[in-house]
Amino acid sequence: MRSLATIGELLEGGIDTATPAATARDLLTIGEEVLEHWLQARGLKPTASKAEGFRLLGLHRQGARGDPSFNACRETCRELVYHYNLVTMEPGDSATAQRLAMMQLVASHIYYFVSGKMQSAQLGEFCCSSRDLRLKQAS
Amino acid sequence: MTDNRTDKYKKVAYYPGCALEGTGHAYNRSTKEVGKALGLELEDVKNWNCCGAMEVKNIDPKVQTYLSSRVMSQAVNEMGHSVVMAPCNGCYHNLKKAEYDLKNDETSRQVVDRISSKAGHKTYHAGEIETIHALDWIKHGIGEEGLKSRVKKSLKGMKVANYYGCMYTRPRHIFPEKDQGAGSESTSRPHFMDDLLAAAGAANVDFPLKTACCGGAHTLSDSDMSTKLVLNILKAAEASGANVIATECPTCHSGLEMHQIRAEKKFGVKTNVKILYFTQLLGLALGLTPKKVGVHENMSDSFGLLEQQGLA
Repeated sequence: MRSLATIGELLEGGIDTATPAATARDLLTIGEEVLEHWLQARGLKPTASKAEGFRLLGLHRQGARGDPSFNACRETCRELVYHYNLVTMEPGDSATAQRLAMMQLVASHIYYFVSGKMQSAQLGEFCCSSRDLRLKQAS
Repeated sequence: MTDNRTDKYKKVAYYPGCALEGTGHAYNRSTKEVGKALGLELEDVKNWNCCGAMEVKNIDPKVQTYLSSRVMSQAVNEMGHSVVMAPCNGCYHNLKKAEYDLKNDETSRQVVDRISSKAGHKTYHAGEIETIHALDWIKHGIGEEGLKSRVKKSLKGMKVANYYGCMYTRPRHIFPEKDQGAGSESTSRPHFMDDLLAAAGAANVDFPLKTACCGGAHTLSDSDMSTKLVLNILKAAEASGANVIATECPTCHSGLEMHQIRAEKKFGVKTNVKILYFTQLLGLALGLTPKKVGVHENMSDSFGLLEQQGLA
């Protein structure tokens, strides 16, 4: 599993662009890895189970258990799956490039949302209350 | 419309909440003006109070339930209303949550009864009033056909990304009237705002982040994260082909506007999509002037687009 920082850099422009299907697969995997970070930071083992045919949705369901506010990214995860289906089922469609661009934005939203949640919960490497001070000290 | 809501929503208690008296004043103004233009009457809840918002809820959720229950008590017991309309997603959410808790939780009922007695007003009981959003009010009070017949300036040419935010549909269990099939709102893919703006002539774009988080909760603790979340929403709206984002929540709206400006200053990323309340867009379609619906009170400048579309 890649670090959140690496995932952030990838979303800035390092996604596999060999084929539309590969790009879509990579973006879906990124979504899964981001949710894995959320689960691991909470001391949970990320599930391998799928919900509605996708591990991403299974991971989201697991991540929202005991934390209903995590459902704020439920539809965003579903949109990632929806775009994945669009791209992989119709790779030759004239809208594929647009769909991939949108999929990247949707994946980025999950990444930002989960990163923000981890800061708020003071999980992982973050501590939001001292962040400004730490950044000042580092500079 | 064949159900009784057309009559029921003709005159409702209006709970603006604190945001609509401050940063969301344009929403307040445009909601009232649209109501007037559509023949829907609003009566301010007398001596209303804070709904409990986020702060009180984080300290004691039962006190938040009481605060929201008092608003409903004022509307039903002091004013005799059967419907209270809250245009702010936060207020709407909290009143619905209080309704749910009072229906299902004995401790909440006891706490609300105790504080209400101390405060010297009648206790609110679940089921005494119906809480609705401004979208329900127009959708069921007038409907698309009623709206179409009143349009004076079509929104044709406006490509709209409808942004509902995350509190309008979450958590699902406090909105039992949603997901009830045809004619009801969907919690996974809300569409009431899309329906109303389409009736006014706008073209709705396929927007994947319509219920995504705007980062409102991070604004004070981590502004950069809020800016990144908002910037992503703005970019997605533009990539969808939208020239305007329609909003129905004062917190989301001011977040989008402020972080659009901040994204340019902090990250050097400029986005051009405009941000307007759905009530402002409907008001313009009904022939109201931009000033009448408070476009001048928005932080972002939409006049150029409105002039270009013949709406100003």
